[in-house]
Order: sequence, then C-alpha cells, then structure tokens
Amino acid sequence: MLTEKIESEKESELIKLSEALQGACRKKLGRSLAIREVDAGSCNGCELEIHALNNPFYDIERFGIRFVASPRHADLLLVTGPVTKNMSEALKRTYDCTPIPKWVVAVGDCAAGCGVFKQSYAVMSGGVSDIVPVDLWIYGCPPSPIDLLRGLILLLER
Amino acid sequence: MKKLELSPHSTEEAVEIEAGKRKKCWSLEKVSKERWIELSKEVASGKWTLFGLWGSPRKVNMVLLDESQSKLQVIELETPLGKFPSVAIEVPSAARLERTIYDLFGLIPEGSFDNRPWLDHGKWQLRFPLGNILPPEEQKPYPFFLSEGENLHQIPVGPVHAGIIEPGHFRFTMGGEIVVRMEERLGYTHKGIEKLFFEASIEGGAEIAARISGDATVAYSYAYALAVEEAIGITPPPRAVWLRALMAEMERMANHFGDIGAICNDAAFPRILSRCAVLREKILRFSKDFFGHRLMMGRIVPGGLTVDLSKEGKEKLYLLLKEIREELCSIKYFYDSKNSLQDRTVGTGILNARSAKLFGAGGFIGRASGRNFDARKCFAYPPYDKLSFESPLLEAGDVNARVWIRILEIEQSSFLIEQILNNLPFGNTLSVMKEPKVSGQGLAVVESFRGDILLWIEIEKGKIIRCHPRDPSWFQWPLLEKVIVGAIVADFPLCNKSFNCSYSGHDL
Repeated sequence: MLTEKIESEKESELIKLSEALQGACRKKLGRSLAIREVDAGSCNGCELEIHALNNPFYDIERFGIRFVASPRHADLLLVTGPVTKNMSEALKRTYDCTPIPKWVVAVGDCAAGCGVFKQSYAVMSGGVSDIVPVDLWIYGCPPSPIDLLRGLILLLER
Repeated sequence: MKKLELSPHSTEEAVEIEAGKRKKCWSLEKVSKERWIELSKEVASGKWTLFGLWGSPRKVNMVLLDESQSKLQVIELETPLGKFPSVAIEVPSAARLERTIYDLFGLIPEGSFDNRPWLDHGKWQLRFPLGNILPPEEQKPYPFFLSEGENLHQIPVGPVHAGIIEPGHFRFTMGGEIVVRMEERLGYTHKGIEKLFFEASIEGGAEIAARISGDATVAYSYAYALAVEEAIGITPPPRAVWLRALMAEMERMANHFGDIGAICNDAAFPRILSRCAVLREKILRFSKDFFGHRLMMGRIVPGGLTVDLSKEGKEKLYLLLKEIREELCSIKYFYDSKNSLQDRTVGTGILNARSAKLFGAGGFIGRASGRNFDARKCFAYPPYDKLSFESPLLEAGDVNARVWIRILEIEQSSFLIEQILNNLPFGNTLSVMKEPKVSGQGLAVVESFRGDILLWIEIEKGKIIRCHPRDPSWFQWPLLEKVIVGAIVADFPLCNKSFNCSYSGHDL
C-alpha cells in the first residue's frame, strides 16, 4: 500500500532527513531515544502532527525513537503549548521526574512564546523556557512532521 | 459486503448553482428573573434543549434549542446585582457552565448546588479576569466528591497523561476492579481565549478562532466567519460558500480516521490504526498541497476564503476520494470480522438515549445513542441546503456504535465532497469588507466532526466586544463520567477515545 514511487521534493527530503536522523541517533545514543510528550495547554494542533510521526509514512520508531508513557523513562521532553498557568506546576514536576541527562524541545510557536495566546493572563508570557530550560525550539503553527524530524536531527547532531 | 462505487463525474465544467443566503436561525429575548426561572423549568421538562450559557460583565445569556422548529432562542438577563438564578438546579448540563461564569465574571448563580471553581485553579494571580478583577485568594485543595464505603480506593490520573494527548485530570474511585465513580477535573488548558477575543480586531479574532481546538480548526473558523458575516452584514461569494463545506468535510474525515484507528489500537488491534493513519496523512498532504496548510488552519475567514481549489486539485481530490472509499470497505470488513476487537467495543461504555437527550449530546456521541440532531440538517446552512446526505443514527450507544457512526459519516462526507466538486460554482473566493466599522450581533452553529459548535459574537464599530464559542464537549464530558461507571479501568481508554472530547475547546 505504501510502496510508492518517490516523486515530490518533499518525499526525497523525507528520505534525506530519515538517513541523517538514523546516523545521528545511532552515533549519539546507540539505538534509542525515549520521548515523553507533554501538552502544556496547546490547542492540540501540535499533538496531531506529533502523532503523525508515528504513522507509516514517517514511522519514527524505525530509528529507535519512541514515545514513552512516563517521564521517568524519557531522555527528552517534547513540550507543546504556551504553558498555561494551570499547567505550569505539572510541567515543572514532569521535568523534575525526568532523569539526567535530559533534553527539552519546545514544539510550536506557542511553546516558543510567540503564539496567538501570548498576551493572555492565563499563560506564561515566555512559553516553555519560563518554567524549564529549553534545548531546542521547533517553530510552526503547528510544525509539520518534516519540521519535527529536522528539529530532532539538529538536536542529536549538536 | 457491498462495494461502494464512485459515481462517474462529468469531465465538463460544473454547472453554476447559486449559493443560498444563510437564514437567520435565532431571535433575542430580554427577560426578567421570573421568566428566566420559568424558561429553565421548560428546559427541564423537555420543551427546549440547553444549547449554551455564558456570561458578560453585566448580563448572562442562555441559548435554547427547539429541535422540531430548527429555531434558537437567545435569552438575555441583566445582572445589576451580580447574581442570576441558577439554571443547573433544573438542568444538570448547566452546572459546569455556571461555575465557569463565576470563575470568569464573578457572577453568582443563585441556589446552585455546586459552587466549586472550574476553570480557575487559583494560579492566575487574579480573580474574575473578565469581570471586576480582584486579587487572588489563598489557594485551597480542590474538593472532589466524596465516595465512602468499605474497601474503596482511588486512582488519580493526569493532568499529564500517558499518551500524546491533552492534559486533564481523572479521579477514579474503585471498588475492587470496578469503577464506582469517575470525576473529571478540567481547566488545565485554559488560555484566556474569551478575554483575548475582547481585545481583538475582526482579523485578529479569526486567528484566535482557528486555534480554539486545533483538530476542529476548520469548523471553528467556519463558525466564526458565519457569525461575523451575520453581525456586520456581508455575504461571501458562492464559490467560497461551497469550498467551506468541502474543507469541513475533509476535516471530518481526517479526524474520524484518526479516532477509529486510535480506538482499535487501544483494543490491541494496530492494523486498522496503520490503515487509518495512512488515509489521514493523505488527506493532510492534499490539504497542504492545495490549500497551503495541513490542517487548513486560517483558510476560512470572514468574507470567504484565503485560498481557492485549482483544477489540478479537483482532479486529485476525485482520486483521493476513490482511494478512501475502497480502503474504507476493507477497514469495515476488518473491524466487523475480528472477534477480539468486537469483544472490547460491543456493549462497552453505553450511553443511554435519555442521558444523551437530557444533556443535548452533539455529534456522533448523540447520534450513536439515538439523538437525531445534526446542525447541517437542522439549520441547513448553505451549501448544505443544496446537498443531499444522510445523518447516520444508531441506538446502542456503546463504543461500537460510536465507531460505526464515524465509519458511516466518512462515507457521507465522501459523497458530500463529490457533490461539491461536481457543482462547484465559479468566481472568486473572497469578498471585501465594505464597511468595517459597523456594529451588530451574530450567532452561528456549525457541525464540527465532534458535534455542534455554537459561536456568539457582538461587534461594536468594527471591534469585538464579546465572543463566546461553545464547544460540543461541554455537554459530552459529563456523559463520559457516566458511561464508565460499572466498567473496569481498562475500558476507560476505549470510552475516552470513542468520545474524544476536546480539552482545549472546552477549557478555552
């Protein structure tokens, strides 16, 4: 069903990205990177695109990257949303539960502190970095799966 | 199983069909306190369905639906003393809405049985952000309902959940393996959206509306556009009217595929998840290629659309529809023929018809429990008044019925898109707003994939002074608490996914 000819530029970019990601991942971590996704009050647009990383097109698990259920199993926190004040404590606690060494990637414009909710009384004005230290920002509203892959490679190659 | 065939479409250019103007479906009534109480009693007796309830600094509004007449009654009550008679005493679905009105505006629902905060978790550094702002009070622990009995224990879940989903808290009280009570605590994604609207321009409001709930971004932009257009008296070009519905149906299909896959995956059947995920991705890629955004965010604006569908896009969409229908046949076959899957979904999480009606449960949740309501049919906003489709209805009310409604809705959406493609009018897709400084009120109801979205807007001299979007989830979340009672915890993911209520759309 998915054995399809690579025609568009987008597809060839996906292949290039996949190869780079695989190389970087292997070199740095052997075969695994465990991600805990934390929604800190997003509109759920970013979640939809993070979900797409698991679909048979992107299939991020083939590189040894997987989403885990607990921060205690995670190497990386993938945080979305502007960080609502109601979620700030939960985000901080999740960070504290994640073993060191750990990374934080802020996903989407909101998480970077420049989304449409920025001015609100109910959100942190600077996004995720107001609560926990951020290693990488992936911009977009929401960022596409390709953007997310590109971001993860950047982090791993650093 | 009968294979669905795509009817042959004409290769010639489409015939032009004039899009009808949207009929005003509501009327406003300013009432006294006594009439307000009388009306809440009428809702309790079943004459009306509670469709919305919101506050403003000096008044409260309630929207009542008369399904048989396709009419909405907007009720307005002045609150000079900062109080209004509680509707929740008579109508339980009003309870959370009233708690929200208090949290945001400080208006007190007199006589209410539940005075606990709802969206305000004591973290905003202020109280009543949209009313008379007061300094915060000392933070108290949230009082969950007490369940007492021998050997009962509690399981707290969230707000950070185990999957890639939105945050919320569920408190399970268990008697051995059986759920005795489940109580939700939401509000974690509260972003202060209603206040942001208050300070926004019409264009700025469209950006916020598109981000109320990311999975229903088309439906929210659609509702916002219709409400603004009604308030300031503009009509979008016919081509835009038709393409809006096309986008809404594509969004419906994409989300239903996502959810059907996720439900089956939670029942340990990932094969259907993979197939559904592929189709969902293909729809998103099409949207990116021809509408410029994978979720079609911000494409529908007051006055029309910011994009147009090219001829190439049209041809590609016919092909995509064909593929979707063929694949759907095999998904149906798989879903229906696997005992291990049916074991988990049939008879699980039953929502009875009475509760669905009482709460006015919208979308596939209501329609899987015998509530025959679909905003596209009831209000027949253009172009749905010119399109023929069915709104599937089942009685069983279990997870299986909700899955089936979604499968049938995908089929109907594919027929709708085909009709739209066959009859798409020509012309441009965006009208210019002639008089941007006008004032008025507008109300729109749009059927999102999840159910009916209500959006109320008041505009004064081109500026938004009040905008209240009401997500279908408001009336669906409380029912999830109900269906899980008596089940085992392992059934909760299935119930939750089959409901798939919005956190962001609810918390605002």
